[in-house]
Amino acid sequence: MSTDVMSSHHAAGHEQAHDHGHDHDSGENTVFGFWLYLMTDCVLFASVFATYAVLVNHTAGGPSGKDIFELPYVLGETFLLLISSCTYGFSMLAAHRGAKSQALAWLGATFLLGAGFIGMEINEFHHLIVEGFGPDRSAFLSSFFTLVGMHGLHVTAGLVWMLVLMAQIKTRGLTSQNNTRLMCLSLFWHFLDIVWICVFTIVYLMGVAA
Amino acid sequence: MFGKLTLEAVPYHEPIIMVTLAVVALLGFGVFAALTYYRKWGYLWSEWLTSVDHKKIGVMYILVALIMLLRGFADAIMMRAQLAVAQGGAEGFLPPEHYDQIFTAHGVIMIIFMAMPFMVGLMNIAVPLQIGARDVAFPFLNSLSFWLFVAGAILVNISLGVGEFARTGWVAYPPLAELGYSPGVGVDYYIWALQLSGLGTLLTGVNFLVTVFKMRTPGMTLMKMPIFTWACTFTNILIVASFPILTATLGLLTLDRYLDMHFFTNELGGNAMMYINLFWAWGHPEVYILILPAFGIFSEVISTFSGKKLFGYTSMVWASGAITLLGFVVWLHHFFTMGSGANVNAFFGVATMIISVPTGVKLFSWLFTMFRGRIRFTTPVLWTLGFMVTFTIGGMTGVLLAVPGADYVLHNSLFLIAHFHNTIIGGAVFGYLAGFTFWFPKAFGFKLHEGLGKGAFWCWISGFFVAFMPLYVLGFMGMTRRLNHYDNPMWQPYLIVAFCGAGLILCGILFQIAQLIVSIKNREQLRDLTGDPWGGRTLEWSTSSPPPFYNFAELPTVHKIDAFQDMKEKGTAYQRPASYSPIHMPKNTAAGVVIGLLGAVFGFAMIWHIWWLAGLSFIGMIATFIARSYNQDVDYYVQPDEIERIESQHHARFEAHGQTLNTTSFAEQV
Amino acid sequence: MKIEQFSGYLKHLVWLPLLMLGGCKMALLDPKGQVGMDEKSLIITATLLMLIVVVPVIVMTLAFAWKYRASNTKATYRPNWSHSNRIELVVWLVPCVIVAILGTITWTSTHELDPYRPLDSDVKPIEIQVVSLDWKWLFIYPEQGIATVNEIAFPKDTPVNFKITSQSAMNSFFIPQLGSQIYSMAGMQTKLHLIANHEGSFDGISANLSGEGFSDMKFQAISTSQDGFKDWVAKVKANPETLDLNSYPALVEPSKADPVRYFGAVSPTLYQHILMQYAHGGHHAMNSAEHADADMAGMHMNARIEESN
Repeated sequence: MSTDVMSSHHAAGHEQAHDHGHDHDSGENTVFGFWLYLMTDCVLFASVFATYAVLVNHTAGGPSGKDIFELPYVLGETFLLLISSCTYGFSMLAAHRGAKSQALAWLGATFLLGAGFIGMEINEFHHLIVEGFGPDRSAFLSSFFTLVGMHGLHVTAGLVWMLVLMAQIKTRGLTSQNNTRLMCLSLFWHFLDIVWICVFTIVYLMGVAA
Repeated sequence: MFGKLTLEAVPYHEPIIMVTLAVVALLGFGVFAALTYYRKWGYLWSEWLTSVDHKKIGVMYILVALIMLLRGFADAIMMRAQLAVAQGGAEGFLPPEHYDQIFTAHGVIMIIFMAMPFMVGLMNIAVPLQIGARDVAFPFLNSLSFWLFVAGAILVNISLGVGEFARTGWVAYPPLAELGYSPGVGVDYYIWALQLSGLGTLLTGVNFLVTVFKMRTPGMTLMKMPIFTWACTFTNILIVASFPILTATLGLLTLDRYLDMHFFTNELGGNAMMYINLFWAWGHPEVYILILPAFGIFSEVISTFSGKKLFGYTSMVWASGAITLLGFVVWLHHFFTMGSGANVNAFFGVATMIISVPTGVKLFSWLFTMFRGRIRFTTPVLWTLGFMVTFTIGGMTGVLLAVPGADYVLHNSLFLIAHFHNTIIGGAVFGYLAGFTFWFPKAFGFKLHEGLGKGAFWCWISGFFVAFMPLYVLGFMGMTRRLNHYDNPMWQPYLIVAFCGAGLILCGILFQIAQLIVSIKNREQLRDLTGDPWGGRTLEWSTSSPPPFYNFAELPTVHKIDAFQDMKEKGTAYQRPASYSPIHMPKNTAAGVVIGLLGAVFGFAMIWHIWWLAGLSFIGMIATFIARSYNQDVDYYVQPDEIERIESQHHARFEAHGQTLNTTSFAEQV
Repeated sequence: MKIEQFSGYLKHLVWLPLLMLGGCKMALLDPKGQVGMDEKSLIITATLLMLIVVVPVIVMTLAFAWKYRASNTKATYRPNWSHSNRIELVVWLVPCVIVAILGTITWTSTHELDPYRPLDSDVKPIEIQVVSLDWKWLFIYPEQGIATVNEIAFPKDTPVNFKITSQSAMNSFFIPQLGSQIYSMAGMQTKLHLIANHEGSFDGISANLSGEGFSDMKFQAISTSQDGFKDWVAKVKANPETLDLNSYPALVEPSKADPVRYFGAVSPTLYQHILMQYAHGGHHAMNSAEHADADMAGMHMNARIEESN
């Protein structure tokens, strides 16, 4: 992602007395801090992935991945999420240009695509539970629901954040604070995209291939 | 409406608990009454509870830690007393259901609610000052971290009077921790207390990493940072890398207990071994999180009071880094007896042993810092010397346990108990107590009474040896841990001696309470007028005691390690700039308090299955956070005239005190 | 002040050996079987190796503190001396060498003392299946067709092959005077190989907290002569009680401080049944125990299960 937003602040702030450093540097510090938080989130997901890998064959007489995964459906979910990353990217470009309404429009599109992704996931979970293949059926299903569900919860949190940020941009414009927040949400959103790639590979593709 | 909560949850039939609750209620009422009488509620709220000042937050962390020390120690005394008498048919005074909660609470409290906050508190007070910064990178998050920790502490304490605590040991292994074997609320108290405080700790880790990497004063390269800051930095790396594992692990256990999932259950495919692996993948780094800052404190203390540069600074940094890295590849040594093959056990055993190399390097660095120094035997130095002797033994027994063949007979025995208390008390606790004495004057403006501090030390160290050396022997005699009664009469004499040791430590604690009372009473005589009571070497000692809320009127420029010592030698310490520029400072906020306390409500509601309250409080937490994000009135500028006034006051005070702040002749300072 | 400190330290060091000498009858240091003996010598060797560093460090701590105390103005004072390549070399290298030696010892001893490794012996082993219950130990002798609660016997100088599982919580099967312990876990089987080289009755315990009755979860391990063992088996066989799928559930009911019980006959498939209760593999797992194997491989655990016939 572009760090253009940061560089202009950088140049102005650098030679200044350190007392003023706070303003220009705080956006940079926030983004750096957010990267660190994302790394911790990575460890969180890694732990659940590891658990999934250990328990994937513990089907306890219930269904395995092969029995319940529908790849075309997952492909649909994937498209929604990947395209939402694109739209977010367009939003960032608009924000750089200072084009507030375009940035908001692309954010809105991202929101809709993300909400669609979540809707599809809820639908998938609902079907499985209704058929008796809920997370209480076996260790494999517990792991599946939790890993995919945890990703879904993160996406949902991102959607809530997106709404709040859209409201804040609408009322206050593309301030430096809002730009920093846009940057952080951007990192979060793309990170979740990458996690999803791991999810559909390890869970769905490998599950069906087993 | 109230979920599982009924009036039956209060343990009316347990006299010990009811008496404790009565005493706590009385003390609480006393504090409440005093605050009201002296009209200090407003002061408390605006100056402390809503503060985002790292110095105040640090003090609050340590205050809670010391209170929790009392509770954790009460647990310890009860355990030792029970075991001293419960031999043969004697049942002691604690029924198993109660005793099992006591040793679980003891472990959880001492590690998570005493040692961690003590360390985080010291880090909060010292690190920003040491790097010449005005605060941490995210002051609001700092406040939030503290209040999330408090939320966890509140839950642990409520569990005493409402419901019960876990009976599984502090590690809460399944299947014992699963609903089938722990149907009560105890494990749920454990889970939510740890999740809330764990989140706080994680945020602290992120906060301080950004602070250290981005906010050092000009000239302070990484290899010119004080050694304590380095130690804390490695600790924070450990925190950010390991705490998410705990979050995940407890989260999965929560899903098992709340939504009938099967991660770790016996039925339907769960695997308890997975929990054990995940838990210790966090658990081992956790003990390095506790010990590394203590090592940092010892380095600062021994260097300052020997009047000498720390020996082998570069090696120390590399050694700490090695310990950090290696700390991630040894976790299996906590369960050699779970049945891994020989190759796996041997690998983890050897990896564990390798950590003793950088640790040994540190010991030698401290020794050679003392070598050809001029050592003043202040209380912090006594703690340091006591540590060096005690921890060496503890480290040795640790390497012994790292040999799988030895561990096969010593695992879970009292030998193990003795080992980890040896390293945690002799290492971490001694370190924090040294740091407490060392930085107390900086935080409060007056020193602690030396004589009582020394008395406390002698009681603690003799108490430690008397309490725990018998446990090493008991391990060799085949006694396992977590027993609430036993029938081997040969064990009893050792357990009685151990109880006496606990009594000695109690004396140490009483000395420390007395020390605080006497020091506060005599604070004028103990006043630190100059800000540098010990002849310090790092930047925190260049400020007044306590420092102005903005720390530094002008950010210092650093040229060498031991920056303040360098300034003193060059004669540039205490120089005042011609004029002051406005200083950008954050404003206090109630958001941290509110979110933290709502967190406690959320945890309580989840524990008792009061779903509507859980939902409301959770939404409240999110809403408060969002509201905070809308708040644009979060900072301000301190104007030059106010800075001038504060600085002049400080300078006037130490100029009146005379020119004692030179580089030579430290002996008189003590 | 200074003398007091010095002697203060000495005073504390004296406790250690006094306490150690006090209990010469320490189970782990008085092992009655080869495994325990090997582990004891391992402990002693490792301790001595480490004392090479530990003793000098403690002595230097006290000596340096004493010599360089501030009031000793005769001692050299070099406030800025903080580096020495020679010292660095020694303090990195010497511990490395000791760790290398100890590491090698660790590698070999871990393989030799692997609980899964059958003992080197020409004598035909006794097989005992172990199930940890709440809160007692069930022992099944498949070859003799008997079962007991809280007591086992075996002839001296005969390897005993334990196969261990749990009905409920995790426990740890441990006879301190004979050597290694190993966890007992539901749905999984661990193995232990021990031998007693002396006759006697040894305490057995659980070394992992498993709930309310944990403190009383004790058993006796009796090492007998060859004839003594035959007598013991006969004594157990004489008991009319049978342990099978019908009578097992009563045993599963939680109880504390159970007295010794004998079962003169035991169902030969009971142990397998207990083991397979918590089978978690896929559709084919019900018959073959190998699936539990594969699951654990990913965790580098080798709690292997074999057919116990």
